[in-house]
Amino acid sequence: MRADEGDGADAGASPTEPDRPTLARAVDLPLEGRDAPSSWGRRLLIGAVLLWFAALILIPGLALARQAFAGGARPLIAALAEPGVQRAFAMSLGITLVATLVNTVFGIAMALVLVRQRFFGRSLVDGVVDMPFAVSPIVAGLMLIVLYGPDSAIGGWLESRGFQVAYALPGMILATMFVTVPFVVRELVPILREMGEEYEQAAHTLGAGRWRTFRSVTLPSIRWGVAYGVTLTVARCLGEFGAVLVVSGNVIGRTQTATLYIAEGIESFHPEGAYAASLVLAASSFLLLVGMDLLRARLERTREVEP
Amino acid sequence: MAVVPATLARRAMQPAAALRGASLAYLGVMVVVPMLAMTWQAVEPGPRAFWAAVSEPYAWHALKLTFVTAFIMVLVGAVTGTATAWVLVRYEFPGRNLVNALIDLPFAVPTVVTGVMLVALYGPESVVGAIAGKAGWKVIYDQPGIILALLFVTYPFVIRSVQPVLLSLDRAEEEAAATLGAGPFTTFLRVTLPTLWPSILTGSALSFSRALGEYGSVVMVAGNQPLLTKTAPIYVFGEIESGNRHGALAVSAVLLASSLLILVVLNALQRRGEVRDAS
Repeated sequence: MRADEGDGADAGASPTEPDRPTLARAVDLPLEGRDAPSSWGRRLLIGAVLLWFAALILIPGLALARQAFAGGARPLIAALAEPGVQRAFAMSLGITLVATLVNTVFGIAMALVLVRQRFFGRSLVDGVVDMPFAVSPIVAGLMLIVLYGPDSAIGGWLESRGFQVAYALPGMILATMFVTVPFVVRELVPILREMGEEYEQAAHTLGAGRWRTFRSVTLPSIRWGVAYGVTLTVARCLGEFGAVLVVSGNVIGRTQTATLYIAEGIESFHPEGAYAASLVLAASSFLLLVGMDLLRARLERTREVEP
Repeated sequence: MAVVPATLARRAMQPAAALRGASLAYLGVMVVVPMLAMTWQAVEPGPRAFWAAVSEPYAWHALKLTFVTAFIMVLVGAVTGTATAWVLVRYEFPGRNLVNALIDLPFAVPTVVTGVMLVALYGPESVVGAIAGKAGWKVIYDQPGIILALLFVTYPFVIRSVQPVLLSLDRAEEEAAATLGAGPFTTFLRVTLPTLWPSILTGSALSFSRALGEYGSVVMVAGNQPLLTKTAPIYVFGEIESGNRHGALAVSAVLLASSLLILVVLNALQRRGEVRDAS
């Protein structure tokens, strides 16, 4: 196994991709030379892969749609019109808006700092940015309770001033922000690195200030990357469950997001609303995915045009 | 403009001094401080108390279940993920572009919704679940359900890690092997697989790390039956709810340390160029 990995290292290191290859290019790959002997085997393999995809991803989605439409469209709409559902969705959207805004600004700043600056501990910071990916949502929630809970130093102090973080909206926003810290940074770092500093320095030389340089040189070059990172962030914010669950206290109607509403609906055996809300969330994640796909195509194109 | 390049470079660096301070402060407050606070509270009562909390039968079972299910998921996911990447890159078939676009769906779908979907299809009240039930199989509300949920949420990792490597692979070596009389399977095993290994490993490590912490889909699909389907994150949530703060913290610390260890090792391997960057 070790020998294999050694071989893989040599071969794997050489074809590093200068940019992300598109599938469009894969179509041009020659397919001949492997037809005749393996053609039934190939069909079997394609079939198996598609079957796995269908059983794991596609059909569960359709099963959800069937459940949600079990009584026709009217009960579905009625379930979605309930004030509880609407409050839950409003809360999810509000949290998503705040967390996405903050983490987008942070993400752009952090990516610029990581790529354009040399400072002590830079690679450590680079690693720290990724840490929320390694933390279970439940553990993330617990961290916030430890830090801001009523019996903690900070939480106690804030509460004595009438400001409640844990088991209230501020805690839920903090939890959502925690889990989405890395997305925009991770999207922008490779783009900024690839772009280089020449254009920004040219702008400087021509007398543009920092803000002007950023606005008219840097930002236009990274905008599709930002959009991609924002889409990922929004998807994760809307879907966050574990971290929000721990810090919310799940007060129905007051600290209940869409995902918490779904979980509560399933557990309390009146699942119609839960199915309806699930369908709405699944549909929005599908739309976000379509958006991501379009953005990715856009990113590829900008990269091909720019040297 | 009589600006010396060095000055220019320094001027270009200047703005970010404040920017750096601000973004590092945000990162510190948002990520570093909560992690340190939690770790400190977990280890503060001493190693003996920590060990007692982790080795408590329910906690121990939860941790064991989490690692075993994640491991089984990785084995299945590595094979299916590599096969999927292979089929998508190498073969032309109707619907290929659609499937390729939908691969990332599990990253976009909320974990709770994942759980609801899987129960809708495989639950005891569904057609599939009823047939499986007659055959004596129980998937949902049992341990296989956990593995199913983990396979769903980690579905894209291996595929998206292997695909670019397959695309940039030089086919000459494979063709040489075929010319020398090697069958397609031998060629794959001896020529292609050694090149793909690092990317399969990267995808698997990311999947494993993700699986250790997964909560939403697992709790919907498998419930929280102690000593049967209660994974470590579900255990942690239960202990928070019932007021056993230290039990929750100790198990959390184990989960956190394991995930971080995986990421650090992966990072070190990537630095040495043995494993390719997945992102």
